[in-house]
Amino acid sequence: MKRYIPPQIPRLALAFAIVISLFLVLRHLLIPDTFGKYGPYRAASMDDYSTIEIHYAGQQACFECHQDIEDLKALDVHSGIHCETCHGPGQKHSTSAEAADILKPTGREFCGNCHMMNAARQKDAVLQVDLTKHNIGKNCTECHNPHQPWEMKK
Amino acid sequence: MSQSASTMGNEKIGSSRRKFLKSAVTLAGATIGYTWLKSSQILIFAAEPKDETLPWYGIAIDIEKCIGCGSCAKACKNENDVPKEPFFFRNWVEQYTVKNDGTVDIVSPNGGIDGFVQRVPDEDIFKSFFLPKMCNHCAKSPCEQVCPVGATFLSPEGVVLVDEKYCIGCRYCVQACPYGCRFIHPVKKVANKCTLCYHRLKKNLAPACMEVCPTGARMYGNLRDKQGPLVKFLKEHTTQVLRPNLNTGAKLYYNALSSEAR
Repeated sequence: MKRYIPPQIPRLALAFAIVISLFLVLRHLLIPDTFGKYGPYRAASMDDYSTIEIHYAGQQACFECHQDIEDLKALDVHSGIHCETCHGPGQKHSTSAEAADILKPTGREFCGNCHMMNAARQKDAVLQVDLTKHNIGKNCTECHNPHQPWEMKK
Repeated sequence: MSQSASTMGNEKIGSSRRKFLKSAVTLAGATIGYTWLKSSQILIFAAEPKDETLPWYGIAIDIEKCIGCGSCAKACKNENDVPKEPFFFRNWVEQYTVKNDGTVDIVSPNGGIDGFVQRVPDEDIFKSFFLPKMCNHCAKSPCEQVCPVGATFLSPEGVVLVDEKYCIGCRYCVQACPYGCRFIHPVKKVANKCTLCYHRLKKNLAPACMEVCPTGARMYGNLRDKQGPLVKFLKEHTTQVLRPNLNTGAKLYYNALSSEAR
């Protein structure tokens, strides 16, 4: 004997089918292709990061032109410090070779960022100078060559 | 009387056995079904990156070597075009000064970029140290878990990144990060944070902060590489992460971290 199906059941089933298929279509259109490739995020956003340009070239790029500074630096205590620590980002300068594209810091405050007396600095980590007493009024670079600090200029 | 009671008992047992069998079969079916779905990657959100060929990045900072010059914070701003005004930092340096009376003085003038001037006289100081801070690139990062749109994520290399096109700027992650490593970019109006210079890593260059550190206090490396320099450093030093109690899976390891550090 055929089972009685109330007329609202097929109608409701149709309505459900339409809503569910609409949801699936919308979901397909709204979710980006790479979403979920590795996890619940858009994998393509990692490629967006790869296109960002660098500003710091790394010291090997500096030494391609400035071989003399590499040799000079190697002889003294600043040998371990990369060029861009003091001279700032060098990618632009490494392609243009313009002096305006690189920093040439001078001044007691700049050297003091590392060498000023501070209780938090380990005594053997860096040589510390009391800037309130040491050759007041003079610029550090008047006596010290920053690439070779212990070869005194005078 | 007693007979009818025993019949009722039998019926009860019969019905509960049927129920038990039914639910057992349902449970087994669901388990098998779930296993099948998971293995066929239909449930994409359960997928875990387990690519052993990729590096799994970690960071180590040696507090004994840090001289608080602020080069790292400055380089980070230059490399990643972070707004120059204070309060927007992807990486910064703090100076902790523990005084003889037990109080702790913490300063970070412009993130350490302009250098530190000791403001507590020597005779009052019990001890003092610099604490460079940056994103811990947590393996179980709270910021990633709270993101409502999947804009922040842990890359397969273990770097926590923000998808700037997807971020809606709701600030949930800024609140969730227990290390205060996130901010809303004032121009883009989306979350911004340390990417471990992901664009540089892809070119086999060191992150900008590590490139410029004059004392070699900062290092990054592959935690999967058991012979690598980072694992060697972790093996030879007594390291600790910040806020280990929060179980964030932080991958930024500090050598000589003092208990006053927060």
